[in-house]
Amino acid sequence: MSIYFTKEHEWVKVKDGIGAVGISEHAAHELGDITFVELPKMGAVVKQFGVLGSIESVKAASDIFAPVSGKVIKVNEALEVAPEIVNESAEDAGWMAWVEIADESELKNLMTQEQYDDYLKSL
Amino acid sequence: MDEQLQATPICGRHRALNALMAPFGGWDMPIQYEGIIAEHSWCRTQASLFDICHMGEFIFQGDFEAGGLEDVFTFSVKTIPLGRSRYGFLLNEQGGIIDDLIVFRMAEDKVMIVVNAATAPKDFAAIKGRLKGGSFTDITAATGKLDLQGPLSRYVMVELFGEEVARIPYFKFITVTILGVEAIVSRTGYTGELGYEIFISSDKVCELWDLFLQDERVKPAGLGARDVLRLEVGYSLYGSDIDEETTPLEAGLESFVNFDKNFVGKDALLRLKEQGVARKKVAFEVNGRRSPRHHYEICFEGETVGNVTSGVFSPMLGKGIGIGFIKPELASIGTPLTIRHERVSMEATVCELPFFRDGSVRA
Repeated sequence: MSIYFTKEHEWVKVKDGIGAVGISEHAAHELGDITFVELPKMGAVVKQFGVLGSIESVKAASDIFAPVSGKVIKVNEALEVAPEIVNESAEDAGWMAWVEIADESELKNLMTQEQYDDYLKSL
Repeated sequence: MDEQLQATPICGRHRALNALMAPFGGWDMPIQYEGIIAEHSWCRTQASLFDICHMGEFIFQGDFEAGGLEDVFTFSVKTIPLGRSRYGFLLNEQGGIIDDLIVFRMAEDKVMIVVNAATAPKDFAAIKGRLKGGSFTDITAATGKLDLQGPLSRYVMVELFGEEVARIPYFKFITVTILGVEAIVSRTGYTGELGYEIFISSDKVCELWDLFLQDERVKPAGLGARDVLRLEVGYSLYGSDIDEETTPLEAGLESFVNFDKNFVGKDALLRLKEQGVARKKVAFEVNGRRSPRHHYEICFEGETVGNVTSGVFSPMLGKGIGIGFIKPELASIGTPLTIRHERVSMEATVCELPFFRDGSVRA
């Protein structure tokens, strides 16, 4: 399974044409205590870099952008009652949605783990 | 970092604790240490230590009436009993709030005035301009201030400073020798919990900070947690909920205005009382975990009727809470509102203050 990142700090883990999507550990740390996650609707069709949902912390509210285009086929409902999971495990248990990837060639618009690590150092 | 920012004597300690720092009222202040919600929860259940050295302190000494101080604030200074403090306002001629503050009656002819950090210079100028005699000095730089707040704060205070601290009632203060110097211990705060504000010489305040943190019941808390704590109990934040464009009548703070005495702004408030206010402060609870935030719009039946001045996710209530100003006819408890900002929309209901009622403040 490979992981890719956006400049807005979302990640997508790709396996068998399905992308699990969330926000990076860096983003979760920057937001601080996460108090609310707005998940996309099941079946929603999202565009790469279009709005997928939103996330709020005590400090700030921000949109979450879709790293890839496709159809939402699963959402992490646990985040509705326990959004702090994103703080505890942003890049694993804190996933937000599964997207059926429409076009895997879009992945070239994203950063690999190594590129993302360099990108974070440049911020 | 902005070179204009001032640093409190505790600043090095905050950095050593790896606190997230940000400018507040012209000062470089700690926003959080381990996390806002953890610090909030600690204060509601244990004892939290806040660096509040940024706040301003002034001393007036002289005859309150002949010196003009009696007419400066919305409350009477001369009737504050010795060893007690009183909350109220410094108003402009239009009745707008220049600052909210607390006056401590130190002696027959002496008070300490404690004001917000950002407003301290303009407060000092406004008060000075209204005085006709007496001496008036700004002791902010020489004064350190720490707040110890939380249900366990009394135990901590008594163990460190003796049994007499245990008997201080709400809004009273005593002078105690701490670290070899005279300090003021006041039973006041900004969290809704049992707590103390300690005023001590600024060259001892760092030592006092360290002393408190040796107690395992005490943890530092930043301004982030402080904002959540104060909003849960409905306290106004100067600069957000109240300002020079807002009168105490609109802000629902009339109980801190004494119309039986003279004060600057009284005529304007009396006129406003007769005309009726154009907007009124309301508190509202959100139906869900979204946070209302400063400047979000308040809507009723599709129309914008006001704006949010403070909002946050309340850990105690498990939902968003907020304060804002709307048309007075919509301010009754139970009115359904919609809070909007760009793509964000949340349903809310006007409710009573405080949001959180079970604090230990009067314990």
